[in-house]
Amino acid sequence: MQAFEYVSAKSVGEAVGVLSQHGEGARLMAGGTDVLVQLRAGRRPQVKVLVDVKGIGELNELSYNDRQGLIIGAAVPCYRIYEDPTVIKRYPGIVDSASIIGSVQIQGRASLGGNICNATPSADGIPPLIALGAVCIIAGPNNSRRELPLEQLFAGPGRTTLQNGEMLISVRVPPPPANSGAQYLRFTPRNEMDIAVAGVGAAITLNAAKNTFVSGRVVLAAVAPIPLLVPAAGQALAGKPVNDETIGKAAEAAVAAAVPITDMRGTIEYRKHLVGVLTRRALQGAIQRAKGV
Amino acid sequence: MADKVRVQSTINEETVDFLCEPRQSLLETLRDVLGMTGTKEGCNDGNCGACTVIIDGRMVTSCLVLGVEASGKKIETIEGVSQPDHLHPIQQAFLEGAALQCGICTPGFIMASKALLQVEPKPSEERIRLWLAGNLCRCTGYDKIVRSVQSAATKMSGERR
Repeated sequence: MQAFEYVSAKSVGEAVGVLSQHGEGARLMAGGTDVLVQLRAGRRPQVKVLVDVKGIGELNELSYNDRQGLIIGAAVPCYRIYEDPTVIKRYPGIVDSASIIGSVQIQGRASLGGNICNATPSADGIPPLIALGAVCIIAGPNNSRRELPLEQLFAGPGRTTLQNGEMLISVRVPPPPANSGAQYLRFTPRNEMDIAVAGVGAAITLNAAKNTFVSGRVVLAAVAPIPLLVPAAGQALAGKPVNDETIGKAAEAAVAAAVPITDMRGTIEYRKHLVGVLTRRALQGAIQRAKGV
Repeated sequence: MADKVRVQSTINEETVDFLCEPRQSLLETLRDVLGMTGTKEGCNDGNCGACTVIIDGRMVTSCLVLGVEASGKKIETIEGVSQPDHLHPIQQAFLEGAALQCGICTPGFIMASKALLQVEPKPSEERIRLWLAGNLCRCTGYDKIVRSVQSAATKMSGERR
């Protein structure tokens, strides 16, 4: 691996300071399961300083309250998320993704914050968070903070809209509304340890009678340059009865929005087909969860 | 080249002091700095699980951990698994069940199996297969490994009773 300086940051200010000073020459590390692979493969030759953020308290926060919802610190590893009783109870859609990223070994290290900032279109961790309305808490120089809806963070494959000196602190996921549910599904040739050919995260809210959609959000993985929120799918659901026809229309909207490429994992046609199937299934799964079945 | 960093860590219940470069993985540090060559390098990018060790009770691939991150951590490697006069029940079960041929993946499988049985003493076959999905073996076809883990689980829960 290329030589670099290692800094174990103890505060957000320290990490932001290193980022501001070194620009592209500094890279943050939480679990390291992406960045260490990239460094070893020579894919980040500009990195001279690696900033370990696991020692920053705020980035290790995993907490819930009924007012602001769930806070997932950017360095919290997957296993803490999927073993957390509150996350299991209130956010099973997040458990879906956190428990299928890499192997159990990888889940012992990898964070959803890292999954987000690595910004691959196929990231499993991102679609359910966007579907659930997650907001990024971002720190920058001079103790500045800003918030950004997660779907606006992505600029392209491996690229985010974070500016020089900025870092992700946490994501905040709103409290789940009554009669709501979410699910993430992906298709991979192997059941585990594989990268999504396509993935779909769906979150829906039903009316009190649970026979009509109040709202819905559908987010696609691995079929666009970025994790893709499909507003048209949400529009196809809102105010419509819970039945196969409505679900089918939302799936059609998702297929229409998908702009996949053909590569070693699948063709354009295959991926678009998968988006339809997975959208229907993820919506049905989300409905089951909303109904408490 | 960046300066070497002094690291103090607990490895197999012994306090260990060593120097490593920031760019050295824990795997490289164990093998090349500390001479503990039981932990194997397979893919060196987190896919094969041959370098699995347990850090603070969690199994990880040591190729994706930096040596400097071991500071203050409690690390378990394959060298700490057996007792001087007898093998660990998982090792014994692998031996009796012929769960290894070339042996390169074996330390990783033993560590991963140990991590599993620490949290789930009687896992189902499906659970064992899922848990071990991050460990690749190109010799055995996995059946013998899975059966050996089941056999070790039975033996270990019998010992605890």
